[in-house]
Amino acid sequence: MTSKLDSKIPEGNLEQKWTKYQSSVPLVNPSNKRSLEILIIGSGLAGASAAASLSELGYKVKVFCFQDSARRAHSIAAQGGINAAKNYQNDGDSTYRLFYDTIKGGDYRSREANVYRLASVSSNIIDQCVASGVPFAREYGGLLSNRSFGGTQVQRTFYAAGQTGQQLLLGAYSGLQRQVGMGNVKMYARHEMQDVVNIDGVCRGIIARDLTTGKLERHFGHAVLLCTGGYGNVFYLSTNAMGSNVTAAWKAHKKGAMFANPCFTQIHPTCIPVSGDHQSKLTLMSESLRNDGRIWVPMKKEDALALRENRIKPNDIKEEDRDYYLERRYPAFGNLVPRDVASRAAKERCDAGFGVNKTGEAVYLDFAFNTIRYGKMEATKKNMHNPTDLQIVEMGRAVVKEKYGNLFDMYQQITGVNPYEQPMMIYPAVHYTMGGLWVDYNLMTNIPGLYALGEANFSDHGANRLGASALMQGLADGYFVIPYTIGAYLSKEIMTKAIPTDHPAFEEAENIVKATIDELMAIKGTKPVDHFHKRLGLIIWNQCGMARNAEGLKKAISDVQQLRAEFWSSVRIPGSANEMNSELEKAGRVADFIELGELMCIDALSREESCGGHFREEHQTEEGEALRNDVDYKYVAAWEYFAGNNWELHKEELIYENIKIAQRSYK
Amino acid sequence: MEKNLNLNLKVWRQKNAEDKGGFQEYKLKDISTDMSFLEMFDVLNEKLIVEGGDPIAFDHDCREGICGSCSMFINGRPHGPKQGVTTCQLHMRSFNDGETIVVEPWRASAFPVIKDLVVNRSAFDRIISAGGFVSVNIGNAQDANSILIPKVDADESFAAAACIGCGACVAACKNASAMLFVSAKVSQFALLPQGQPERKQRVLDMVAHMDEEGFGACTNTGACSAECPKEISLTHIARMNRDYLTAELSTESK
Ligand SMILES: Cc1cc2nc3c(=O)[nH]c(=O)nc-3n(C[C@H](O)[C@H](O)[C@H](O)COP(=O)(O)OP(=O)(O)OC[C@H]3O[C@@H](n4cnc5c(N)ncnc54)[C@H](O)[C@@H]3O)c2cc1C
Ligand code: SF4
Ligand code: FES
Repeated sequence: MTSKLDSKIPEGNLEQKWTKYQSSVPLVNPSNKRSLEILIIGSGLAGASAAASLSELGYKVKVFCFQDSARRAHSIAAQGGINAAKNYQNDGDSTYRLFYDTIKGGDYRSREANVYRLASVSSNIIDQCVASGVPFAREYGGLLSNRSFGGTQVQRTFYAAGQTGQQLLLGAYSGLQRQVGMGNVKMYARHEMQDVVNIDGVCRGIIARDLTTGKLERHFGHAVLLCTGGYGNVFYLSTNAMGSNVTAAWKAHKKGAMFANPCFTQIHPTCIPVSGDHQSKLTLMSESLRNDGRIWVPMKKEDALALRENRIKPNDIKEEDRDYYLERRYPAFGNLVPRDVASRAAKERCDAGFGVNKTGEAVYLDFAFNTIRYGKMEATKKNMHNPTDLQIVEMGRAVVKEKYGNLFDMYQQITGVNPYEQPMMIYPAVHYTMGGLWVDYNLMTNIPGLYALGEANFSDHGANRLGASALMQGLADGYFVIPYTIGAYLSKEIMTKAIPTDHPAFEEAENIVKATIDELMAIKGTKPVDHFHKRLGLIIWNQCGMARNAEGLKKAISDVQQLRAEFWSSVRIPGSANEMNSELEKAGRVADFIELGELMCIDALSREESCGGHFREEHQTEEGEALRNDVDYKYVAAWEYFAGNNWELHKEELIYENIKIAQRSYK
Repeated sequence: MEKNLNLNLKVWRQKNAEDKGGFQEYKLKDISTDMSFLEMFDVLNEKLIVEGGDPIAFDHDCREGICGSCSMFINGRPHGPKQGVTTCQLHMRSFNDGETIVVEPWRASAFPVIKDLVVNRSAFDRIISAGGFVSVNIGNAQDANSILIPKVDADESFAAAACIGCGACVAACKNASAMLFVSAKVSQFALLPQGQPERKQRVLDMVAHMDEEGFGACTNTGACSAECPKEISLTHIARMNRDYLTAELSTESK
C-alpha cells in the first residue's frame, strides 16, 4: 500500500537535488500556458504569491477567498518575522544551518530534501520582497535589520515591527492585484470552496459558494491549488482568525487526498491568557518578545497564591524569589528554546501550582531587566555620565517601544494593563498546525492535479515548527517552488481541453454540496453552532493538546463521535441558504472540524512516542523531556479516508542521509 | 477591574442591498467590561438565534486589529470612541452602564451595504489594481542589501504601509473621500527607491481610479486621519498632492 505515497524526491546529493530538478523539469511553452487554467483557493502568502507568479508566467488563474478582499487572509496577522539564511549578521549562518535547525526543531519528523530546498530559496524571498516595496526594519546605516527566534543561535529573522505578516502579505497582494488589473487573474472574494471535482481520479475543478448570494458555482481548472491555511480553529480558541478553517482540505481528503500527521499541532507559549467564558479567540504575543522578555513564575507557592488573589503585585516579588525556569532548565537556549519546549515548561509550572493569574494559568514575560540594559546603553551613547534611574527607565522604554510598540499597545488594549510598567501575563495557546494534506516534492497531493501549499500542507516543519518559518514556507511554495513543479504536471496536460462544467462529475459534486447544505438547514434544532464548536474545542484541548495519553485519547474519540451525532440533530441555523448567512458558513466549517478532531485523536493515539508538539505522557525521559522512538515511528502518518469516517494509515518512511538524528537538546 | 454592564443597542438592520433598512433596538444584560465589542455582538447574536431571530451580519476575521475586516460605525464614529483602535480591539470597558450604543454600517456610495453592517469595499482592491504595486516580476530581484535605504525613509514608508484598508477614513469623511487610503499606498512607494521608476504614473492612475469609483473630493477636514485606527498621517495626503501636481505637469509637458 505504501506505493500510494511516492514522495518523488529527486536523485542526487542534497545540495544539488533542487538545482538539478529546476534545470531538468519539463517546461510548458508560452502559447500553451495561455490555455491552461489554474484555480487557486486562498489568498494568503501561499495563495497570493502563487497567483502572482503563475499568472506572470502566462497561466490563466482564478483566485478564491472567503474574506471580502484577498488582503485580509489570515497571513496578515503574522507578527514576528520571516527567516532567511542571508548571514547578513556574519554570525555563522548558512543554508545548511537553517536546514539543520529546521529539521532539528521539527524533532526529526520532516523530509530532508524539502527542508533543504526551503532553506536554499529563503534568501531569494527577502530579495523579492524588498524589490516589491516591502518596508522591512532597517539599521541606521540603511541595511536590513535582523533578530533572533526560538530554536536558533543566529540572527536570521527579518521583520517589520510586529507586523511582518501584514507587510509581506500586502507585498504579495499588490503583485496579485497587479495581475488582476492586467486581466490575468480573476478574483473571487467572498467565495468559499465547498468541494473538489475529480474526473477519472484526476482533479478537474471545484464547487464554490458565493457567500453574498448563497449561489453554488462550478469552476474548471487544469490544476487546483489549495492554499487554505491551517486548522488550528478545531480547538475553538486559537490565535487563528475567526474564519480560518479546514473545509477545503477536508473535502479534498474525503475525495481521496491523504491527510498527514493531523495530530502535529503547535501550542505557542506566549499568548494572552483566557479572560472569561465570552472569549472568542486568543491573541498571540509574538515570539520575538522572547528576545528581550524573561519568563518567570514565583519560586514560592504562597507568592503565587497571593498574586492570584491580587494581594501583591509581581514587582513586589524579590529577584531571588523568582524562578526563571527556562533559563534554569535550558541554559544554552534560555528563553529562546523552541515553542513546544517552552509551552510544556509553562504548563509544568502552572500544573505544579505556580501559575499567576486568577485562573492559575499564566506566567510572566518580563521586560524590566532589558529595559534597564537598553536604558544604560542609550545613556552611554548619549554620553550621559550620571543618568538617574528614571532617565534610564525612560530611555530603555523608548527602545522597547521602537521594537515592540504595537504588541505592547495590543496587550494593553486587551487586558487593560500597561506592560511597560508590569510584566505581561502569558499562557500557551493553539497557534499553528504542522499536519495537513500529504504532498510530494512537487507539492502535489496523491490526487493528480490537486496541490497543497503553505500551512495547508504537511511538508516542512515535522512535529514542531520554528518561529518565523511559516511565512518563509508560504512564500517559498508560492514564489519559488510551484512555478517550477507545476510544469512537471501541466506539460502533460497541454492537450486537455477545458472541460465544460455541465459534465456529470460537476453536476454530481454540486448536488452533494447542495444536499449537505439542505440537510444542515433542515435540522432546525435548538443550539447555535458555537455551542458545538466550543465543546469540540474543549475535548481536543484537554485530550489532544499539550499533553496526551492513550486513555484520554480513546475517551476523546468517543466524545467527538457523540458530539457529531448531537450536532447533526440539534444545531440551529437561522435564515436561508440563498443569502449571506454567517451561521450556515460556520456550521459547514464546524461539521468538518468535528470529523477532523476524531482523526487527530486517532493519529495521536497511534503514534506511541513523543516528538515535538506531540507529547504522549507515557513516553518521556526522567527529566520530563519528549522521548522519541525512531525505530518504530520515523515516518509520516498519511491517513486515507473511507466512507463512514473510517481511515487507513499509510506510512512514508523518513530517510536521513545528511543529518545524524539525535535526541534534541537545548540545554 | 472587571464589571458588568446593562446596555441598550440600536443596530442598523438591512436584509440585503435592495432593502431600505432601519434601526432595531436590543437590550443586553450583564456584559463584562473585559469583553471585546465583537464578543458583545456574539452574545447578542447567540441570544437572537436561540430566541428564533436572525443574527446581525457583520464583517470580522482576525479580531486583532490587523486584517481590516471589522467596520462598525459606533455612536457616530467609525470604530467607536477610542483613538487608534479597530472595532474588534475596542473593549466594553470603554462604555458605561445603562448606555445606549448606536451601531451602523460604513456609509458611502462607493461602499454599498450588502447586509446589516456588512458593506462592499471592493473599490479599494480595484484602486490597488490601478497602480498600488511595484512592477517587478518574480525571480529577478537583486540582493536585498544592495540598495541602502535610510532608516527614516524606511520607517516613514512603513508607517504609511500600516494602513489596514478598513475604510474608516471614507466613513468618517463627509465627502466620503478615499484620499487617506490612496495616499498611504502612494507614500509607501514614493518613499522607497523601489517605488521611483513608476512614481508619477502610479499617482496619476490611482487618483484617476479613485475618482472613477465614486469617492468624494478631499476638502482637508482631517476627519479621516482623526478616525483612522492606524493613525495614518495627513502628511501622506500632502505628499500625494505634491506628487500628483508634479506628475501632471511633467506628463503635460511631454
Ligand atoms: C497570530 C499569528 C502570528 C503568526 N506569526 C508568524 C510569524 O511571525 N512568522 C511566521 O513565519 N509565521 C507566523 N504565523 C504563522 C503564519 O502566519 C501562517 O502559517 C501563514 O501565514 C499561513 O499562510 P497561508 O498562505 O498558508 O494561509 P492563510 O494566510 O491562512 O490563508 C488562507 C487563505 O485561504 C482562504 N480559504 C480558506 N478556506 C477556504 C475555502 N474553503 N474557500 C475559499 N477560500 C478559503 C482564506 O480566505 C485565505 O485567503 C503566525 C500565525 C498566527 C496565527
Ligand atoms: S487610512 Fe486608516 S482608516 Fe483608511 S483604510 Fe487605511 S487604516 Fe483604514
Ligand atoms: S477583525 Fe481584523 S481588524 Fe478587526
